[in-house]
Amino acid sequence: MEKEKTKSMNYKPVIGLEVHVELKTNSKMFCGCSADYFGKKPNTHTCPVCLGLPGALPVANKRAIEWCIMIGLALNCNIRLFSKFDRKNYFYPDLPKGYQISQYDQPFCEKGSIKVKSGDSTKTIGITRVHQEEDTGKLIHDTVDGKNVSLIDFNRSGVPLVEIVTEPDFESAQEVVDYLKKLQQIVRYLDVSNANMEKGDMRLEPNISLKLADQQGLPKYKVEVKNINSFKFVEKAINYELKRQQELLEKGETPKQETRGWNEKKQATQSQRSKEEANDYRYFPEPDLPPFRFTQDYIDKLKSTLPELPWQKYERFQREYNLSAYDVEILTREKKSADHFEEAIKVGKKYNIEPKEIVNTIINKKVDVEETPPALLIKNIIFSKQTTTIKMDDLENAISKILNENALAVLDYKNGKIQVVGFLIGQVKKILGKNADTSQIKENLEEKLK
Amino acid sequence: MNNLTIKQAKIGLKNKKFSSVELTTACLKQIKKVEGKLNSFVTVTEKEALMEATKADSAIKNGVELPLLGIPIAIKDNFSTIGIRTTASSKVLDNYIPPYDATVVRKLKAAGMVLVGKTNMDAWAHGSSTETSDYGSTKNPWNTNHLPGGSSGGSAAAVASDSVIAAIGSETAGSIRQPASWCGVVGLKPTYGRVSRYGVIAMGSSLDSPGPITKNVEDSALILEILAGSDSFDATTSPLPVGNYSKNLNQDVKKLRIGISDEYFISGIDKEVENSVREAIKKFEKMGAIIEKIKLFDPKYAIDVYTIIQRSEVSSNLARYDGIRFGFGRDKFMEEAKRRIMFGTHSLSSGYYDQYYNKAQKVRAVIIKDFEEAFKKVDIIIAPTSPSLALPVGATKDAVMFGEIADVLVEPSSIAGLSGVNIPVNISQSGLPIGMQIIGPQFKEDVILSAAHQYETNTVDELWRKKKPNL
Repeated sequence: MEKEKTKSMNYKPVIGLEVHVELKTNSKMFCGCSADYFGKKPNTHTCPVCLGLPGALPVANKRAIEWCIMIGLALNCNIRLFSKFDRKNYFYPDLPKGYQISQYDQPFCEKGSIKVKSGDSTKTIGITRVHQEEDTGKLIHDTVDGKNVSLIDFNRSGVPLVEIVTEPDFESAQEVVDYLKKLQQIVRYLDVSNANMEKGDMRLEPNISLKLADQQGLPKYKVEVKNINSFKFVEKAINYELKRQQELLEKGETPKQETRGWNEKKQATQSQRSKEEANDYRYFPEPDLPPFRFTQDYIDKLKSTLPELPWQKYERFQREYNLSAYDVEILTREKKSADHFEEAIKVGKKYNIEPKEIVNTIINKKVDVEETPPALLIKNIIFSKQTTTIKMDDLENAISKILNENALAVLDYKNGKIQVVGFLIGQVKKILGKNADTSQIKENLEEKLK
Repeated sequence: MNNLTIKQAKIGLKNKKFSSVELTTACLKQIKKVEGKLNSFVTVTEKEALMEATKADSAIKNGVELPLLGIPIAIKDNFSTIGIRTTASSKVLDNYIPPYDATVVRKLKAAGMVLVGKTNMDAWAHGSSTETSDYGSTKNPWNTNHLPGGSSGGSAAAVASDSVIAAIGSETAGSIRQPASWCGVVGLKPTYGRVSRYGVIAMGSSLDSPGPITKNVEDSALILEILAGSDSFDATTSPLPVGNYSKNLNQDVKKLRIGISDEYFISGIDKEVENSVREAIKKFEKMGAIIEKIKLFDPKYAIDVYTIIQRSEVSSNLARYDGIRFGFGRDKFMEEAKRRIMFGTHSLSSGYYDQYYNKAQKVRAVIIKDFEEAFKKVDIIIAPTSPSLALPVGATKDAVMFGEIADVLVEPSSIAGLSGVNIPVNISQSGLPIGMQIIGPQFKEDVILSAAHQYETNTVDELWRKKKPNL
């Protein structure tokens, strides 16, 4: 028994990840239809191209390609100067052309890496490739007139997707989740995707296997879990798989190379397709789209348009504003809040308000960046600073005076109309001045009214 | 009047000798007369045509001038036409009515054409005979026991039989030039990327080139002017400016360097075809052209390259015909399409890709280079279009590679994406037309059309030109 346990300790997870990110371009990847499909009436954002009608041809969306390359640049990839699209042939009812336009052996971006902080350590995750492709339509299984039917909505067909593939560098579900959060942050900073999990803007496919701790190279098999749309589920699916595979390995069996899906109801992965049934996609260069020849100059120009990335902002905030790692981490989590903070600093400067004060207000009062624009935030800070503590005697005198003068209100309060306290506070403030600390007045007033 | 050329018909319309309705009616009458024998059309759009002709007449009355205003034209049934059934001669699309026009159709409509119908073809353009059509084979107007060639056989037969003033075809490798040769009309295959493929039911996507089939070279130039140009719906169209082909038809042939390659007079070539083409070359020489012997790759090498690339693309292009969104299911595919799908699927399969598709692309590059070298020495190349006269009906039976072999002389230039035009040069003893092709570099349509036009005008009095199909 003891021996068994030691043996089981010796397995090491080998995990790689494929992530599909949907871009938020105005139009689709290969036609002029609106790419904003979510929640729209089915089959209203379609045309001969994205319906795959006879004779229709794709024309590539330049902006989408630029954004794909920008993602690659942010992930420190090499950008190929020669690239092309390929056809990935397979049959599925949601794929109107019978092939997906994707990239096979010459993706726009390859051989990158990204540093990911996980727990106390920082790890470098290799990026195998970042390529451009198109989304499929959506199958809806429904009942119409009592009959089970499968309907197809092609609004999503042809929406630009970027696929980001990592090396099998992850050793735990947590590392995967930390990477995913970082990736989500990057595409949002680049402003190329909403990366909204609920809307399916990011779809996750981990490849999971186990090897002996001292084993060289990769395991002989890998299990792919397809189409997961939440960080939570990806974590559960990985942990489930690691356990399942370990049990098999301990029995002396090699887990089957297959594709599985995560079943949230059953809290388990389930087999979908084994290697024997695997598709031969018959990739070949897409003859309808000429290959791309980029100049280094063009790539450099794109690089120069990259916005400040999360880690760059993180370092600059620490340096420039002398803030703690904790503060900076919260501020730079989203570009929106980082920008809000910097705007507030500009306004605050005029009133000699220190960055640290602004951060404290933002963090401690959980300031909503939408509801509290920078100017209002500074106003609030100034206001709260001007609040003066009242001497107890002055306060007691003022309260007694007001209570005497407003017997009716006191009666109302005692009868349960507690909102009159606001009126009474106002009356007290008339005596003590408007900067008097409201909470202090309230506390004392309520004590007296008991 | 249905026997007129575009230019002649335009003069008649302009001078009020006849109206577009009369001209269109004449064509429709001829179609009714000969269609039973020829079967050139899948769909005749009589009602729509007469409506369009009426509109054209009022436009003419109002002084509107358009290059094809009121001219009856037929279009191959693989071009999408809004509201008009488009089948590519396959029963899979028997009920398919496109919701949009192909760019070529849109341009022809904007130029004022009257569409009289959609012409028969080999199903999916798979063939060189029209015998693979699910709507029955078209017959050669010169002898209905013979084939018109294909795949644009319906368009060629319709023009040769004066059923229309002009027609549109499409060529992947030979599908315009070969039927034009067998039917004795002018067929132009433009450079790949010169004319938009948008809306044309794809066959071999890296090869497909739409082009005109006409009664003379002048008309060919006029239609090319309308069709050519870059298209925001087809990323493979070229941004190069469109030539003024009509104006440039009279470029002097003197000093024009014409390349002749013995490899194109292959063994087994019909003697009358060989003699007629060699005669034609001599006439060019008399006109002042310089004839140069050149050595091109044996065209037989192109057969394998073409077969692999085209079938690989076909296997992918036909995947969308699953009956889910339009048309009928896959059970409606006939033998030839199924053979091509299986062949192409195999040649793209993992483990075979390098051996077939990849190697074919490499040889393709070599063939392109071969032509590039040749065009350093000569301006155009002349060769027979087809090694044979129109073959008898039934010739494709049990001949799996019929098309590829019939098209051996046009395949190399198609693979290289070059421009080429077939012009008639004679009528055989048996009464069948003989064609010759003029091949030019990419985007040199002006040069080949001008040479073709010069030849045509210099041989205008030859007796064979007086002959007409007897229907």
